[in-house]
Amino acid sequence: MPEMDAAKLKEIYATMVRIRFFEERAITEYRKGLPGFIHPSIGQEAIPAGVCAFLREDDYIITTHRGHGDIIAKGARLDRMMAELFAKETGYCRGKGGSMHIADVERNILGATGIVGDGIPIAAGVGLGCKMQNLDRVVVAFFGDGATNSGAFHEGVGLAAIWSLPVLFVCENNQFQQSTPMRDYTRLTDLADRAKAYGIPGITVDGNDAIAVAEVARESIEKCRKGEGPILVVGNTYRTVGHHMGDPGTSYRSKEEVEEWKKKDPIDRLRRQLLENKIATEAEIEEIHNATLRELDEAVKFAQESPEPKVEEALEDIYA
Amino acid sequence: MRELTYREAIREALREEMKRDPKVFLMGEEIAEYGGSYKVTLGLVDEFGHERVRNTPLAEASIAGAALGAALVGMRPVAEIMYIDFSFIAADQIINQIAKLRYMTGGMVKVPVVIRTQGGGGVAAGPHHSQSLEAIYAHIPGLFVVMPSNAYDAKGLLKSSIREDNPVMFIEHKKLYGEACEVPEEEYLIPLGKGEIKRPGKDITVVAYSRCVLRALNAAQDLAKEGIELEVVDPRTLKPLDEDIILSSVQKTGKAMVVYEACRTGGFGAEIAAIISEKAFDYLDAPIKRVAALDSPVPFNPKMEDYVLPNEDNIKAAARELMGK
Ligand SMILES: Cc1ncc(C[n+]2csc(CCOP(=O)(O)OP(=O)(O)O)c2C)c(N)n1
Repeated sequence: MPEMDAAKLKEIYATMVRIRFFEERAITEYRKGLPGFIHPSIGQEAIPAGVCAFLREDDYIITTHRGHGDIIAKGARLDRMMAELFAKETGYCRGKGGSMHIADVERNILGATGIVGDGIPIAAGVGLGCKMQNLDRVVVAFFGDGATNSGAFHEGVGLAAIWSLPVLFVCENNQFQQSTPMRDYTRLTDLADRAKAYGIPGITVDGNDAIAVAEVARESIEKCRKGEGPILVVGNTYRTVGHHMGDPGTSYRSKEEVEEWKKKDPIDRLRRQLLENKIATEAEIEEIHNATLRELDEAVKFAQESPEPKVEEALEDIYA
Repeated sequence: MRELTYREAIREALREEMKRDPKVFLMGEEIAEYGGSYKVTLGLVDEFGHERVRNTPLAEASIAGAALGAALVGMRPVAEIMYIDFSFIAADQIINQIAKLRYMTGGMVKVPVVIRTQGGGGVAAGPHHSQSLEAIYAHIPGLFVVMPSNAYDAKGLLKSSIREDNPVMFIEHKKLYGEACEVPEEEYLIPLGKGEIKRPGKDITVVAYSRCVLRALNAAQDLAKEGIELEVVDPRTLKPLDEDIILSSVQKTGKAMVVYEACRTGGFGAEIAAIISEKAFDYLDAPIKRVAALDSPVPFNPKMEDYVLPNEDNIKAAARELMGK
């Protein structure tokens, strides 16, 4: 085991469990009738948990349509997230954004976007703002592998590179752009090679190995903070559910492939590591699970009991 | 006669045109095995293969730009932009290249490009997946803008669009995909630039397109019980616009309402209203009514979304006002 203290490892584990259980609960509630779309990240939790473990509270993140995990890992409240999925007044976006647009500016979670790739140049700008004001903060842009095809990725990374901005670009590579497998949209087999085009480091990591992700993140975040950014980190992982709730996820990949990846579940893996290395006991693990389940019961209750926004609020926060 | 959904009718138009002309091909995100986000192209890859049903990288500017390039050398691409909200990424290619190339070259080139996309709200998809942006494209000289309101029109108009030598923005509505109507088995085309009266009536001309035609027809049914007869005019293509069908209806009714799902300010309905007041002012016996979305992004909360988007009740209220009731 690497030298990461036991508390940190347990924290990473707890974060992954929070993400998984939140999304499982969101799926259950969605099936009972929540509006809109949700894009779960089940199977991908090690990346946000590992990366955010070494961010400071004043560091920033920006994420995507599949952003629940990133947002939870940065410390967002589950009740207000759940309330947003329920389109309630108490939701993070007061019911105006939904799953794809959750932000928590108090925690420096600058938001999520439904336009794939758009967060990447914005992150470059956040890095610029930090640098120009000597804020000593780092920004993480989370995005999927498909997003690396967008012009926004190339332009945003290129800009961050020439101005040496403190941006960690984190690609959560679930190997599909929605339904299109990597081999059909790039000749590369390692997406970290994209970094070469901009003269910045590109690091590949097993995105189902939370400890490996955390190690890479710790080092990369430190470098970015010292002015050695930007850096691209690609975590290879797999989403074991469909693209969104309407997609069974069967038309573009085999059941066997999905089953293979389920065996590499990042949460099971870290749990085994924690137990085998006597970092945590079964009882502690169980308590993490139970505490999260209790928190989610509360979150759902909060969401259910919260009022709907008044429809007239649709016109608030429009200034022109 | 058999019925087809809007989705099936569009798919059938694509299939027929691909069979008729080997130069016709499809490109877009997730359109092959996945069948597109709204399953319009489902199954076409089995029939025509990946050579002609091409999944693209997530890169809208290159979808539009490459469609143009292929068209310049003789292909007839039908490029899909999954949501019109994402068309802003392609908009430079669409507006600065696709729309203008024939003109800028003094007519030297033809640009047979169809951009298929879909817009509109109604599924709680939030501010990035619900917009109605047709006015932006209708503002650009050189682009045809087609917005079918039913399966029959969608099929005939798409076939004409594919055969058109100039670029077409073919804008579908996500809430219409499941709507069915009679569609004959025999081939037919609907010319671009020809509207249709979807319901005759003597009291008020209601000009509506895309999903708003359904809203207008529903309102008309209810209003008929109150003795108010709407004439629902569907221009079907915004560019070119069938002014005659609109103006002659207004001449008959003397009252006009335009209904559109886009934000009120600067929406295409405002253009229609301007045309009516320029060219049929003398026939009007009341100011033209505009029923449109509020000037707001489309919010996620479904009740708020309903509040923002125009509906049957808004149409009925406007009609009663026009009738002085
Ligand atoms: C600009 C833009 N194009 C297309 C889409 C539709 N879309 C949403 S997610 C997605 C796939 C994105 O793939 P990736 O970046 O790998 O993220 P993943 O969904 O796999 O997490 C697509 C095509 C979009 N939302 N925005």
